[in-house]
Amino acid sequence: MAAEAAVSLPPSVPEAAEPLLRVTDAVKHFRVGVAATVKAVDGVSFEIRRGETVGLVGESGCGKSTLGRLITQLLPVTSGHIVFNGVDLATLRGETLRQQRKHLQMIFQDPFASLDPRMTVGDIIAEPLVNFGVIRGKGKDARVQELLRLVGLNPYFNNRYPHEFSGGQRQRIGIARALALNPELIVCDEPVSALDVSIQAQIINLLADLRSEFNLTYLFIAHDLSVVRHISDRVMVMYLGKIVEVATSEDLYHDQRHPYTKALLSAIPLPDPRVESQRRLVELSGEIPSPINPPSGCHFHTRCPIAQVPGICSEEDPPLEEKTPGRFAACHFSDKVASI
Amino acid sequence: MLEVKNLSTSFFTDDGEVKAVRDVSFQLNEGETLGVVGESGCGKSVTALSILGLVQRPGKIVGGQILFKNNDLVEADPEELRQIRGRDIAMIFQDPLSSLNPVLRVGYQINEAMKAHDKIAREDVSARSIKLLKQVRVPDADRRIQDFPHQFSGGMRQRAMIAMGLSNRPEILIADEPTTALDVTVQAQILELLRDLNQEMGTAIILITHNLGVVAGLCRRVIVMYAGRIVEEGTAEQIFESPQHPYTWSLLRSLPRVDSNRRERLRSIEGLPPDLIAPPPGCAFNPRCPFRIEKCFSEDPALALVGTDSQRAACWVTMDRAYKEMGAKDITDTRPGAASGVRPPKELADVVIDERTLEAAPEDQGELVGGS
Repeated sequence: MAAEAAVSLPPSVPEAAEPLLRVTDAVKHFRVGVAATVKAVDGVSFEIRRGETVGLVGESGCGKSTLGRLITQLLPVTSGHIVFNGVDLATLRGETLRQQRKHLQMIFQDPFASLDPRMTVGDIIAEPLVNFGVIRGKGKDARVQELLRLVGLNPYFNNRYPHEFSGGQRQRIGIARALALNPELIVCDEPVSALDVSIQAQIINLLADLRSEFNLTYLFIAHDLSVVRHISDRVMVMYLGKIVEVATSEDLYHDQRHPYTKALLSAIPLPDPRVESQRRLVELSGEIPSPINPPSGCHFHTRCPIAQVPGICSEEDPPLEEKTPGRFAACHFSDKVASI
Repeated sequence: MLEVKNLSTSFFTDDGEVKAVRDVSFQLNEGETLGVVGESGCGKSVTALSILGLVQRPGKIVGGQILFKNNDLVEADPEELRQIRGRDIAMIFQDPLSSLNPVLRVGYQINEAMKAHDKIAREDVSARSIKLLKQVRVPDADRRIQDFPHQFSGGMRQRAMIAMGLSNRPEILIADEPTTALDVTVQAQILELLRDLNQEMGTAIILITHNLGVVAGLCRRVIVMYAGRIVEEGTAEQIFESPQHPYTWSLLRSLPRVDSNRRERLRSIEGLPPDLIAPPPGCAFNPRCPFRIEKCFSEDPALALVGTDSQRAACWVTMDRAYKEMGAKDITDTRPGAASGVRPPKELADVVIDERTLEAAPEDQGELVGGS
């Protein structure tokens, strides 16, 4: 493990920098059965600047993982643009797309399912290198060992198989594989949610260290807002296929502009009995509606404590607007959220 | 009301005896809310299963007593246990989908528990099912009782499970990770429900979870488990505000808190939990503990009173001393032995992974795999 030197998070990148990733009106619909469509991602636009870590939170089924897969092009978009480094990935096919993938890697949630049990750790980590013909022979082994060392594993473990490792160690192997090609953007899809608390912190610290060492850009997808807020510069909150709020990690905690964000924050249990005894839960009625047939108007109006129904909230879908500089929310009554 | 004395449960596998629960003792008082926290494999679920006599082969209770109303449940015959289970002590599980029968209507499954124990008059059973579903706040209960489990959402299923658990008005409800599979907003609703049920009906609750936040919100008293043993016990305030065992202390510090200063680096616990087939000699936490002393490698500390009242910890050092003598307040290095400077004795060097020594020899740098 890296020494516990105080590695501070990198300062936010200036606004003017050309974004590494620009997603415009991304839509992903899945056909189910004959006539129904799941609107998993329903018109999403955002940017990620170089060197920035952007968090993406939401509850199960909100479309956050699908969005991650659209960006890495593991799933094709139904419509919209995924502009990475100035190239629209959604228009690329075959070899040209494959070449772009070098710069765009992914870390998966389940460290058990995402590693081939019949490959050695060395082969797993070397696979991207071989795949792209980057490196061969002796150099390959050296690179694998370097990567293992980078993620805090013994470099001589390269001949072992995944089953010999614990969950946290497997996640390190997945991280080493993602780093192999020196990518610019890494999409981390719930990278710590399958891990125990004490191991979670190790992996979060590792991701933060690697970020400062290689100037990586992360899209960090998770359902746990505490983890997301810790590692991210900015956080996007997603609900039923749409982004409902975007803010810096600091702002998001102190002042929310969408009632869903406020409810989400109020529901997080804190390891502090005194705070807990004074918890004021913003209770949401009911549960997440089906993305097959989302509610009319604002998707959130069926559960919203301040919705005007019948009225503007059930009729008009609020666009994601910049409410104050750098703060975006999709709510007709975002100025009333503070008073909930 | 319930007293567990020196309980030990082991699993006899091909690789050897896995000592999942070792010498665990605790009490549960009437109407109390008790939290049992720890990471996977620490023995918290096996402890619960042992209480209900649900440990499956190759597992076996190898020692100790579980006293409920002056009956020893370890010695009780299967029929006696069956009577107690679901009637006096009920349990709800983590995954409500796999705990419900998919081909039977929800109402039928709630009725079943009541009919099995004859505690509720047969003619009242259906009416009570509806009342229970209303009590756990399932909307439109009269109609939903006819639904099948797949027609319920995750949160609703967990509510139905709770209704089933409460159907015979048990004195104790054991909830094993009841909210782990649920989204955070639904989790908050279920926790409120459990809190209300405890206050209104006086049902004692044992909440088993890895989530420290969930425990802080619901439980008055907390037990922390590590490697099959209780390492600390106290009121929620004691455990969260002045933890005395280095494991509890480290665990609390390693959590990213949504209300914390996020620029601060997380203080992780280095290393891995021990192999329960061959736990390290002495205290099981010594390979990961920044505050270990020589004694920790040879003698396993017993759970002993720390401070003045009710808080107990199994540690030779305890955090009070670590703060006074080892500068625990300011340490940033969380590696084993970092604060005390104590390294494992030579003969244990292979058993106890010490990253401080490993770093001196670059070819061996990094983590080792436990037990292989």
